Amino acid sequence: MLDQHYYDKADEIISGYGTESRFLIPIIQDVQAEYRYLPPELLTYIADKLHITEAKAYSVATFYENFSFDKKGKYVIKVCDGTACHVRKSTGILERLNNELGLTDGKHTTDDMMFTVETVSCLGACGLAPVLTVNDEVHASMTPDKVTELIKELRGEMDEA
Amino acid sequence: MRLSNREALQNAREKAAADMKQEKFRILICAGTGCLAGGSAKIYERMCQLVEEHGADIEVTFGEGAAHDADGGCPVNNIKKSGCHGFCEMGPLVRIEPMDVLYIKVKVEDCDEIFERTILHGEPVERLLYERDGVRYQAQEDIPFYAKQTRLVLKNCGHIDAEHISEYLAVGGYSALEKAMFEMTPEEVVDVIYDSNLRGRGGGGFQTGYKWRQVARQPEKIRYVVCNGDEGDPGAFMDRSVMEGDPHKMIEGMIIAGYAVGAQEGYIYVRAEYPLAISRLKTAIAQAEEAGLLGDNILGSGYSFKLHINRGAGAFVCGEGSALTASIEGERGMPRTKPPRTVEQGLFAKPTVLNNVETYANVPMIIINGAEWYKSIGTSGSPGTKAFAVTGSINNTGLIEVPMGTTLREIVYDIGGGIKNNKKFKAVQIGGPSGGCLIGTDLDLKLDFDSLKKRGAMIGSGGLVIMDEDTCMVEVARFFMNFTQNESCGKCIPCREGTKRMLELLEDIVAGRGTMEHLDMLEELGTAITDTSLCGLGKSASLPVLSTLRTFRDEYIEHVKYHYCRTGNCQALRNYVIDKDKCKGCSKCARNCPVGAISGVIKSPYVIDSSKCIKCGACESQCPFGAISAVSTPPVIRDDVSEGEV
Repeated sequence: MLDQHYYDKADEIISGYGTESRFLIPIIQDVQAEYRYLPPELLTYIADKLHITEAKAYSVATFYENFSFDKKGKYVIKVCDGTACHVRKSTGILERLNNELGLTDGKHTTDDMMFTVETVSCLGACGLAPVLTVNDEVHASMTPDKVTELIKELRGEMDEA
Repeated sequence: MRLSNREALQNAREKAAADMKQEKFRILICAGTGCLAGGSAKIYERMCQLVEEHGADIEVTFGEGAAHDADGGCPVNNIKKSGCHGFCEMGPLVRIEPMDVLYIKVKVEDCDEIFERTILHGEPVERLLYERDGVRYQAQEDIPFYAKQTRLVLKNCGHIDAEHISEYLAVGGYSALEKAMFEMTPEEVVDVIYDSNLRGRGGGGFQTGYKWRQVARQPEKIRYVVCNGDEGDPGAFMDRSVMEGDPHKMIEGMIIAGYAVGAQEGYIYVRAEYPLAISRLKTAIAQAEEAGLLGDNILGSGYSFKLHINRGAGAFVCGEGSALTASIEGERGMPRTKPPRTVEQGLFAKPTVLNNVETYANVPMIIINGAEWYKSIGTSGSPGTKAFAVTGSINNTGLIEVPMGTTLREIVYDIGGGIKNNKKFKAVQIGGPSGGCLIGTDLDLKLDFDSLKKRGAMIGSGGLVIMDEDTCMVEVARFFMNFTQNESCGKCIPCREGTKRMLELLEDIVAGRGTMEHLDMLEELGTAITDTSLCGLGKSASLPVLSTLRTFRDEYIEHVKYHYCRTGNCQALRNYVIDKDKCKGCSKCARNCPVGAISGVIKSPYVIDSSKCIKCGACESQCPFGAISAVSTPPVIRDDVSEGEV
């Protein structure tokens, strides 16, 4: 059971759309935007509200890459590995990030819940390749060294906070 | 301001145009995703400050306030956040009218000088102008990158403020809708689009007018218009630029489609990776509703049309029609067997017109200028223009628009400015993971739907990724297969299992475990997947592999027979060596080697045992003297491998 305010928030989001099953995706997108992940308990709750089976809701939520049942870090870093970024050596960017943060192919979030690193297929900013985004803010023409700088900067920001 | 009839729209347009004319100058600061990343928001703020400070000396017009203040912008009308200019590599871009001067790579620190010299004294800041081959280009339209283009769909991108409907009205916006609704019957609108032979810009090149006609003929009266803005092809961003830079043009095209086929509602499906496009579309829809151009009884015509936005959730397959409609319905985005086709049973099992962003953006100008005019552009089989996203190893990356039938050479060399760092052109990947590779001998190939199909490639959504001699084509094929394999929805076996097996074969090859049999298996599997997959994603999944296997067979053979990658891209095939003359014997490499493959005596050169080496490259990055490098050893016997380079 989650804290009651989670369910209140879900109710609020649902009331903005309605309880037709076609609103499942926008509703769970908004929930995820709120908590930076999709709490499984809430998915069950929403399925009930929309009169669809839990299995159905899970089948949809697991189909789309954007939904995550795991909590994400404060900074979600998406490294673009689209074609343009790939030919301009985005692999090195990802390697450096993982090295800096002690992450691996199977571990995407740091233990202190500060950073989550993901790869995405294309951010549509191909002219500035290679790019990455930090919480949707685009950083252009990245190099491994700029990655190190960026992490330092983000950590500094955290210290001040 | 609600426009309740045709005259009100005409008056609003005239007023907007007059207002625009009154502005003594206009500063257009690119606020596309690219330039924003380069810091254009700060440039906008600084320019606003400067203009406001000097407001009394120069003629500035002030906006109505509300719209500007709401987003924290400045109240001065002369400064605009424009959509993408397309010249992303040179961003942030600032355009100043009426001189039409384009400043590139502008920094906040440059604002004062631009203001002082260009705005106050009308002279250019030369160091911020684009320069090529010793020539400085003052006017944007003279820069070779733009001069060789025909910008029709992208005409307004970069020239108007995408967040204000008055800007679109000022350049004649919604006059096509007006013409369609008040001077044409729905049938006539369908006929014009049919006659224009406008073909879908999303990949397949299917005739738009044919789709519309089919939907208009269905007995079912509830119909939908859907826009595919799920631009998932890595390396393509033309739809993003239209949605961000000129959203009303696409919306106008959708309303016209709705009127033509008798639809009451429309949906725009946009990738979640495009947050700016989503917010600009939302703004545009709200403004169009407020103006009475969307919603009930549009312009008093009696026709009503509502528009919704759905965000994608990260599934490439949703670019396929039936998967996209399933996703809007709240289902897993999986394609289904056809027939029934989308035009018969699409969204919510109702007749549906489904076109992509660029296609809808073509509609208004066809309505205004007629089918004959449209057919005079491009080639006879593929009329009109096509937007291409030019990226990769090329000097001018960015977004371009050229008539169909333009050759690859013109795009790569005239507009694109040639290959980066004076490298040799090797190939261009067209159409993303569903497309194929074109090589040097294809440089004079005309790019249109039919010529490319004949060549075994496809235009796709228009992504052109340019590759130079340093790119390994086997690795590129593996990259695309990895992409499609990840994105396979898993519904049909050929695609789900087949792409996985093909990926394994390719991984073997780049890791040096491949044999000649691998190549045969790739061909056999690839053909089988193409023949038996359910949807377009599967059918085209093996195209990059089959096309590189055909064109760059030499490279595949080098990988499997000689464990040699001529570009050094394939890490497993690299051979790390220590340069005896440069090595000072510090032992740092040996201490950092995770497998103990490096040995030696302090102060004399170290050696790498290649049988133990796992090619991780740790030694190379650690060596303080640059003595370690990866070499790709060319095969000793190469008699049966021809030099087949382009």
